[in-house]
Amino acid sequence: MTLFLQQLINGLSVGSIYAVIALGYTMVYGIIKLINFAHGEIMMMGAYFAFVTAVTIGMPFYMVLIVSMLIAAILGLSIEYVAYKPLRNAPRISALITAIGISLFLQNLALVVFKPEPKVMPAIIPKQPILIGNLQIGTVTIVTILLSVIFMILLDQFIKKTKPGKAMRAVSQDKEASILMGINVNRTISLTFAIGSALGAFGGVLYSIAYTQVYPTMGIMPGLKAFVAAVLGGIGLLPGAMLGGFVIGMIETISKAYISSQWSDAIVFGILIIVLIVKPTGILGKNEREKV
Amino acid sequence: MLRVEDINVFYGKIHAIKDLSFDVKQGEIVTLIGANGAGKTTILKTISKILTPVSGLVKFNNENISKIPAHQIIDMGMAHVPEGRRVFSKMTVLENLQMGAYIRKDEREIREDLEMVFTRFPRLKERSKQVSGTLSGGEQQMLAIGRAIMSRPKLILMDEPSMGLAPILVDEIFDIITSINKAGTTILLVEQNANRALQIAHRGYVLETGKIIMQGTTKELLNDEKVKKAYLGG
Ligand SMILES: Nc1ncnc2c1ncn2[C@@H]1O[C@H](COP(=O)(O)OP(=O)(O)OP(=O)(O)O)[C@@H](O)[C@H]1O
Ligand SMILES: [Mg+2]
Repeated sequence: MTLFLQQLINGLSVGSIYAVIALGYTMVYGIIKLINFAHGEIMMMGAYFAFVTAVTIGMPFYMVLIVSMLIAAILGLSIEYVAYKPLRNAPRISALITAIGISLFLQNLALVVFKPEPKVMPAIIPKQPILIGNLQIGTVTIVTILLSVIFMILLDQFIKKTKPGKAMRAVSQDKEASILMGINVNRTISLTFAIGSALGAFGGVLYSIAYTQVYPTMGIMPGLKAFVAAVLGGIGLLPGAMLGGFVIGMIETISKAYISSQWSDAIVFGILIIVLIVKPTGILGKNEREKV
Repeated sequence: MLRVEDINVFYGKIHAIKDLSFDVKQGEIVTLIGANGAGKTTILKTISKILTPVSGLVKFNNENISKIPAHQIIDMGMAHVPEGRRVFSKMTVLENLQMGAYIRKDEREIREDLEMVFTRFPRLKERSKQVSGTLSGGEQQMLAIGRAIMSRPKLILMDEPSMGLAPILVDEIFDIITSINKAGTTILLVEQNANRALQIAHRGYVLETGKIIMQGTTKELLNDEKVKKAYLGG
């Protein structure tokens, strides 16, 4: 029983990282209908920013997190401006291919700048576990879950209550009508990329602390799983991304613990396939009528 | 108040609007009538800068608006009720109305205007928490008009507000347009329903394949044999 609870908490922790990364995926998809395949690489860059600020500059954890998220936001803005904005009216497949290109570019950039050998991420969150009864919970796990939940609440309130947040919702529903309301659509899309990228970096920072390693291809698997999470929950829907993230994290952890660690990824992707066959729009997705 | 001068608009190679000019004076309801594909929507989209004309210009309050970005047009006092309503379907009625006041910062007056819209459209008040995508067509049209009013415009462009509505609702919508106009807002009304549009407008233009083929006061147009034949069903 204790072991099972332990696994649940681990699943919650991994899941919360996937959930935050998935939020970035789904926000960008929601606003320009682009599967931003470079999102996993933004996460990886975020991890390197964390490594540099922690090791080279010696910043404490909260500064590492803030600075990494800020730099990633700027990186996301630049990518949007250079690579995606010129393709705003191009066929969707062009932007998708560009996203794959950006993803490879960032991997190779990391390879050149930081070399292929994994860097060891220092323990900037103290390692000693907290004991609750027989349960041993790592501080990293607790910090990850807490911060993820805080960021999800912040994002939710931002989208619902603030003007830029409402503009983001409006643009994702109807660009032309948004223009008529006086919304600067380009600026709103840029803001979405900035926030999405910062969330990706958040995932990267906590992932690298949890797994203590930073390397150029580290964004591929978590990026893919966050994508799966976003699709599983219903792409374009923020609650869907959160739910999907937690579900994927749980399934992965439980199947690693009780079935087989080799098979856990296959199980995760298998479940995606099953859900998509049963409900193509994802768990929370509604089968919307096509607009005429 | 609004002057359109010799505009030419293309969709790729399709020449949708040809050397077209007309004007709207303060306080008027002016209607543009024309059949499907005549170019009515294209003209309104050109005025609100969603489309860019290849040549010609649009002046609003004597100012050439060709350099002004589309999202700043509403700041100048022009609102657009687009074809097909285009309400934000996943937002509530209240949120949609608030989007109409997106550019405004005078919170207290926004609340007053919200009350004013709710008094004008009691049905929207009853449904203020309802998601707009689930409203009926007539309610969505009311919402689209209410949303436009929320920016306190001097001029409203309306694209076929009667489209797809039952006759009784058409009456209601046209009454509302008249009362908005009486309250001091100038209106450019685009309609296929020529009969009804000419009943409430002061002046009208008849549009055929991107060109104005006739213009005059509504009385003149209502009595014109050609207009009667082609647009008034008799
Ligand atoms: N996006 C587009 N691409 C190509 N051609 C277009 C496009 N939109 C409109 N057109 C063409 O331009 C012409 C004018 O269209 P427009 O929509 O302005 O007509 P309308 O008078 O509003 O018609 P309706 O009463 O059906 O709304 C039509 O011939 C139409 O086929
Ligand atoms: Mg039209």
